[in-house]
Amino acid sequence: MADNKYAAYLCAGCGLGDAFDLGQTEKIALKEGKMHVVRRHDFLCSAAGVQTIRDDIEREGVTHVLVAACSRRAKTEAFRFPAVAMARANLREGVLWVVAEGSAHDEVRQEMADDYVRMGCAELKKMKLPAGNPDAATNRRILVVGGGMSGLTAAIEAADTGYDVVVVERQGALGGWAQRIWKRTPFRAPYAEPQDTGIVDLVDRVTAHPRIRVHLDATVAETAGAPGRFKVKIARESGGVTEEEVGAIVQATGFSTYDPAKLPALGGGAPHVVDQAGLEALAGAAAGGAIRRADGKAVASVVFVQCAGQRDDTGTHLPYCSGHCCATSIKQAMYFKDANPDVDTVVLYTDLRIPGMGEDFYRSAQRKGVTFTKGTVSRVESAGDACRVTFRDLILDEEAVVDADLVVLATGQVPNSGVDIDLPDDDATKAQQVSILNLNYRQGKDLPHLRHGFSDSHFICFPYETRRTGIYAAGPVRRPMDMAQATEDATGAALKAIQALENAALARAAHPRAGDLSYPIVRLEGCTQCKRCTVECPFGAIDEDERRFPVFNESRCRRCGTCMGACPVRVISFENYSVDTVGSQIKAVDMPDEFSEKPRILLLACENDAYPALDMAGMARTGYSAFVRAIPVRCLGSVNTIWITDALNAGYDGVMMMGCRKGDDYQCHFVKGSELAHYRMGKIDDTLKQLGLETERVVTHEVAITDGARVARLIDDYVAQINEIGMSPMKGFG
Amino acid sequence: MGATSTETNMADPNATALARYRNDFLKEVEERVEEGPWVKMCMQCGVCAGSCPFGPHWEHSPQKIFMMIRAGKRDEVLRSDSMWMCTSCYNCVVRCPRQLPITQIMHGLATYAHRLGLAPKLQPTRDFSLQFWDNCTRTGRVNELKLTMGVYFKDGLAAGIRKGWEMRRVALGLLKSGRLNPFELFGGHRCKDQKGVAAMLKKAREIEEQRKRAPG
Ligand code: SF4
Ligand code: SF4
Ligand code: SF4
Repeated sequence: MADNKYAAYLCAGCGLGDAFDLGQTEKIALKEGKMHVVRRHDFLCSAAGVQTIRDDIEREGVTHVLVAACSRRAKTEAFRFPAVAMARANLREGVLWVVAEGSAHDEVRQEMADDYVRMGCAELKKMKLPAGNPDAATNRRILVVGGGMSGLTAAIEAADTGYDVVVVERQGALGGWAQRIWKRTPFRAPYAEPQDTGIVDLVDRVTAHPRIRVHLDATVAETAGAPGRFKVKIARESGGVTEEEVGAIVQATGFSTYDPAKLPALGGGAPHVVDQAGLEALAGAAAGGAIRRADGKAVASVVFVQCAGQRDDTGTHLPYCSGHCCATSIKQAMYFKDANPDVDTVVLYTDLRIPGMGEDFYRSAQRKGVTFTKGTVSRVESAGDACRVTFRDLILDEEAVVDADLVVLATGQVPNSGVDIDLPDDDATKAQQVSILNLNYRQGKDLPHLRHGFSDSHFICFPYETRRTGIYAAGPVRRPMDMAQATEDATGAALKAIQALENAALARAAHPRAGDLSYPIVRLEGCTQCKRCTVECPFGAIDEDERRFPVFNESRCRRCGTCMGACPVRVISFENYSVDTVGSQIKAVDMPDEFSEKPRILLLACENDAYPALDMAGMARTGYSAFVRAIPVRCLGSVNTIWITDALNAGYDGVMMMGCRKGDDYQCHFVKGSELAHYRMGKIDDTLKQLGLETERVVTHEVAITDGARVARLIDDYVAQINEIGMSPMKGFG
Repeated sequence: MGATSTETNMADPNATALARYRNDFLKEVEERVEEGPWVKMCMQCGVCAGSCPFGPHWEHSPQKIFMMIRAGKRDEVLRSDSMWMCTSCYNCVVRCPRQLPITQIMHGLATYAHRLGLAPKLQPTRDFSLQFWDNCTRTGRVNELKLTMGVYFKDGLAAGIRKGWEMRRVALGLLKSGRLNPFELFGGHRCKDQKGVAAMLKKAREIEEQRKRAPG
């Protein structure tokens, strides 16, 4: 510690100098904060102000810097000193802009600012400059699992960007579904006619690309390692295993079609009833001529049944919409009309869902004379040589029938996403599932699923981010989609894979803390092998050694701190973020006594959404109570319950936690962090009772980044509630 | 319109049309009804049905009529009095996201049904239209008094007298202010160039006959 030199810089600009007695704050930083250097500047983020700090770092040997000015989210360019550890005390957005104006509030305003400086000093004292994770590895190749439209697109995009690619395809040829369809729905203006798939050309380009190596008839037998150093065993159908080393992985394993045999009422399995894939085969055989049924008869009338076994609310079939099938039926109806305008083509739908420019395509089909009828089909049965479709006309509100030579069922996409690792091991479904990646991770063999078996890929905010760092899901394996969307998806996933391996090579974190050099450090001497960290890590970063101690794979880690929050003996920490950096802030606050009528509320706010929302409240001058003390946390998942007990013991009157939305439509940047925090806090009631405190003294909220006004209201309501309950009886005992 | 003459010109136009189109009513409408080719472009959003100020008084909204056409409900559509209820306010046309000329199609369907002899005989709009046409083509000018009388007495003598009695105050008012000339009942105004009017109408009929025959 001898070499550490701590310095605090107070800004008097933006009205801070007028609003606060900075002289007093300076003294606090020196005496209580034990800073070696304390300086005040009238305009700290100006070139001159920044230079003062820089000079101190270079000439005075300052190693730790506290900037007491605006929010840590403001002026990040100016206050960037990568060579030192740094903390920020948020006096502008966090105090000046939220505490009510006027001299009546001078006292509480000053107290709040002083506390934030105390907290900043305390945090700084516990921080170290992160050194970068020791797991850095520099393999820059990309493995693409799946050789269909998505996989090949990812491969060619990565290869053209200058990265070597290995493609693994289960079948004997590249191309996937795309090579089995006659034409694709248009993806270019005027969006009027079915287009060539372009798959032949794509396969040729991939095959000829000097940077791409293709394994056909092959599957992934094992995946081990971490970004920058994945070791993948590729098993050929003929026997024999090749080992490839790669830096990142794109999983583009696509979809299977829903089995029409499960739809007997809709004629699934009956003669002259096909699914969309079956119709593509017939169209391919016709090659632009009259489309014939299996028995050779040229089709003179065809009915398309939309949503067959989809959007099902009875729990029997697929509950979701596969998104592409309306446009696909429109395209297939055109196959008939283009070959012979006299073929009767009827599309029976309940809602036509044609995203993107599909509306133009729809119109084009209407112009060609395809009839669209809004109705729900109840039965498809054989009628002589034809099929009879019974449906309810939803516009005319009556039962109706239509006969056709051929019926096409628009069934849905079922993701090829491997094993659902969240199912219990003795689950019968799980036993039948075949793994795709065969990860040797402690948490399971495949990417975790979200809903309906699709690979979890941060559906709402960051669509390519799965829960396994360095492995990116692309295409219909992560959500139902059409070819145009899959192409775009694959391009994005390829870029994410490149980012991941480049970050890994530099020992840095990937999204969402991209560039972060800190990493979890575990003091194994204290570990009780409770396994909480290995189980709770949302990203499967932690394995186990033979002695059942946790093994951290730093490159797989996203630095969320969930493990740190989970650890009951608190042996996990980051150099710049630990149980101590936050704990010491909690304790640094000057606690007024029981009779002061000044409650203190600790607010632990997720730095991704909740803390920005607090800043937003400040920027909009939406005031909130000066009794709150906010501390940003990496994720609510990183909140260790010791912080709560410490705070309550120290005399805080209440603890608020604000994190992102959890559940199936989660917005948590770390997927499970917020959910785990809620779960842990659900158990804190016992602790509160032991302390003789009301359960209302700890509350948790889900907030979004746009909730600026709401967070302010939540704070004020909570302060009012605490005032009603009364001050904490714990004051003075802490 | 030339309605009366058409009906007598063809033996049984409905039978002819039926034979030609069998079940494919949509095609029939496309080929024979004014703006008929638009019908297939309707996307069944229902905006027209919700926009029509007369909506509640129709049996079938335009949306439904278009659906019925696609469903091949030839008789129900052509014998319906729904499209006769259209007041040409153009609300639906302005709002239709698919830009269908709905008003024109409504009148097109009505005209077509009328020509085929399927339009409901006592439909008041139809009746008025016929009287109006008859009235104005006779002299080249509309004789308001005769037209009014025609409408009043369409349901018989007693009904006509009752109606006239109901409206007596209005009639008196018009008379006093010189807006109603009882002598119009005998002859009345007429266009100067009677021959010209007749020639013009004849030409119009010819053109329409030609048009009707064109697709066949
Ligand atoms: S819980 Fe978070 S911080 Fe801990 S190892 Fe997993 S990803 Fe890293
Ligand atoms: S133009 Fe005719 S159909 Fe259209 S809204 Fe007006 S009255 Fe109704
Ligand atoms: S508004 Fe237009 S598109 Fe919509 S139902 Fe009416 S006619 Fe059809």
